Amino acid sequence: MDAALRKRAYAKLRSGAMEALKFLDEKPVVRVGTATCGKAAGALLIRDAFQEEINSKGIDARVVEVGCMGHCYAEPMAIISKPGFTPLCYGNLDEGLVKRLVEDFLLQDDPCYEFAMAALEPNDIFPTFQDFPRGVYEEKIILEYCGLIDPEEIDYYIAWGGYSALDKVLHMDPREVLQIVKASNLRGRGGAGFPAGIKWDVARKAGDGMKYVICNGDEGDPGAFMDRNILESNPHQVIEGMIICAYCVGASQGYIYIRSEYQQAIRRVKKAVRQAREKGLLGDFILGSDFCFDLHVFPGAGAFVCGEGTALVSSMEGGMGIPQYRPPELALSGYLGKPTVLNNVKTFCYIPHIIQKGTKWFKEIGTPGSPGTAVFALAGKIAAPGLVEVPMGTTLRQLIYDVGGGIPGDKKLKAVQIGGPSGGCLPGEALDLPVDFDSLKESGAMMGSGGIIVLNEDDCMVRMARFFLGFTQQESCGKCTFCRLGTRHMLQILDAVTRGEGDMDSLRVLRELAEDVKAGSLCNLGKTAPNPVLTTLKYFFHEYEAHIKEKRCPSLMCPNLIAYFIEPAKCSKLCNVCVGSCPVEAIYTRDDGLKAINQEKCVKCDNCLKTCPPEYSAVIKVSPPDLVREKEREMG
Amino acid sequence: MEKDAVIKNTREILKNHTAKPRNLIPVLHDLQEKFGYLPQPAMEEVAAALGIPAVDVYGIATFFNGFRLNPPGRHQIQVCMGTACYMAGGQIALDSFERRLKIRAGETTPDGEFSLEQAACVGCCSLAPVVVVDTFVEGKVTPTRVDGLLLSLGVAPEKQENRSSKKDN
Repeated sequence: MDAALRKRAYAKLRSGAMEALKFLDEKPVVRVGTATCGKAAGALLIRDAFQEEINSKGIDARVVEVGCMGHCYAEPMAIISKPGFTPLCYGNLDEGLVKRLVEDFLLQDDPCYEFAMAALEPNDIFPTFQDFPRGVYEEKIILEYCGLIDPEEIDYYIAWGGYSALDKVLHMDPREVLQIVKASNLRGRGGAGFPAGIKWDVARKAGDGMKYVICNGDEGDPGAFMDRNILESNPHQVIEGMIICAYCVGASQGYIYIRSEYQQAIRRVKKAVRQAREKGLLGDFILGSDFCFDLHVFPGAGAFVCGEGTALVSSMEGGMGIPQYRPPELALSGYLGKPTVLNNVKTFCYIPHIIQKGTKWFKEIGTPGSPGTAVFALAGKIAAPGLVEVPMGTTLRQLIYDVGGGIPGDKKLKAVQIGGPSGGCLPGEALDLPVDFDSLKESGAMMGSGGIIVLNEDDCMVRMARFFLGFTQQESCGKCTFCRLGTRHMLQILDAVTRGEGDMDSLRVLRELAEDVKAGSLCNLGKTAPNPVLTTLKYFFHEYEAHIKEKRCPSLMCPNLIAYFIEPAKCSKLCNVCVGSCPVEAIYTRDDGLKAINQEKCVKCDNCLKTCPPEYSAVIKVSPPDLVREKEREMG
Repeated sequence: MEKDAVIKNTREILKNHTAKPRNLIPVLHDLQEKFGYLPQPAMEEVAAALGIPAVDVYGIATFFNGFRLNPPGRHQIQVCMGTACYMAGGQIALDSFERRLKIRAGETTPDGEFSLEQAACVGCCSLAPVVVVDTFVEGKVTPTRVDGLLLSLGVAPEKQENRSSKKDN
């Protein structure tokens, strides 16, 4: 097909998409964020409430489901646009607010600024997200359209310029494409940071036979949800990146491997693939060229180790997800023994942007060694949890205090857990570390896939280490002895420490085992599993000591080392809340009308502490548990 | 379900897949969607159809957390054990469910009403601790909320009886 005709294929697609979405400029549109996080906060009720109100008032407006903008703390959220007004975003919606917005904004012309969070376009009246403190640091590339476009309607992506990079690439020589990716120094976003260009080069040179492109969406880190968000909010970005990769390396088949827990992501990506096929963006003769490539979704089955490349491929072939020795690298011999490019969701997402805006633009963002942006999932004891995209090299302090809004309450930051089960806990002193692939390794942590959990003084570091080790121990595939048995032994030691039964010598064994597991494991699951233990031993040794020597949990978290106590001086005779809340009748009323806890019966469920009215705040936790008797004597 | 019916349904599902070992996981997904779990006769049928030993099918079914070998309860309760949820009291919520339902995580109540599971991160860390009841996601779950959730599913409030069972971590 000649070039002119090819060019028209995309132009036609684009104008068709814009025509189909004309209503966006012509009538009021309510965009409700219904990614998994939004749904959890009640977004579907909000969507229905908007629709019902609009119907009952007979307004000519559309309700559209979009993905997530990353402001998890304000879910459920909606964006309302109306011709003649700046589009406004509203957070923490409930049915009453929905009624009010439809009545005042859609029916009349009052945008209810008092409830608005931010405007989406710069204007003279209301601040935008860029005016937020986090706006100074945020630089959205791959999250840019997340939460703005309907992921289940391909026209949105195309109308905003999507698939134009693919169109551009189809007019280029695959070698040119490879040159661009190589020159951009794009490093794989799955955690290891291996340059994507080198991987592609190897696969490209591996003969002319069957080749595969696989997208790794097996995001298993507890506390990381950036891939889920992208797959749910803008699936076509990933698909476009994969088609470009396939064109570059000469692959004809592709798979998107998504972990089975992400049901909504699987559904939305399947729909996206179907729509792309209908538009001629997948399948035979893509956009009128002679390039053929098709994609399928492969749902995982729930194994953390399948995030490792060889394990992922092995599970796709119908085997257990057990890592294999490398070499050969997957790029030479991967799925079904054929050359396979396996990249993370985010890595593929950058490709269309790099093709469109050039390597110079990309390399100006971030640090020289790690160009581009990084996507982080902020969670834990932080004021504004959510998903953020910042240039590589942003410091943890900027991320936590400026982007995440700092630590809520009067609490102090104790540690930052970065990189999930493979990463480590860094103390407050490490906050000025720039976050990129290389600098974190020196401190004993790693960027991993980008989950950041902020911990305050109420979080016990021994328990934290135990939690992660428990996770990796359970997820160990069992192939390497050190990983299988070493982590189990380590877990037993940590369990004893959290019960107050440890001894100082066991910490020496713990440290030795940690080094052995690191050295004796084939894949990164085992090689990095001891990181949470080693970093907490390094930076928070005093907490281990307190558990062992004083039988005390400094953060009042380990159930065996704490007791609940009702302070008589604060307790009120007029209140009975804790008695009713106790599931085991451990709380009784004393002769003087005040309440007390029968320690024998207490199961440490935390109910009384949560239910004691704030005006009394009489329930406290003490550690070691023996302190209760002392306090009883003191206070009577 | 009767064994014959299971095998009949399994054969139906196998028709949608080419008989290659690499389709094993997709087939098992379809089976679980149909039956809610992987019945033994179905797994044997799959092994024969794909030409692999039955023990390999069993191996895959037990290797991956996503597959279950027992029928789930009528209501499925998943307590998120992601990092953020764990630190915010996910363990406390799980303990409460275990105490109230008198089963441990991974088990089903004898009457088949409830099954209790730990979930790896659900991906709503800002709502921690999170519990998923059937398809409904509940955020910021305290032990009191656990009582409320169970009450809404028809479990009467805990009997006021003296119990001194103590559980450690």
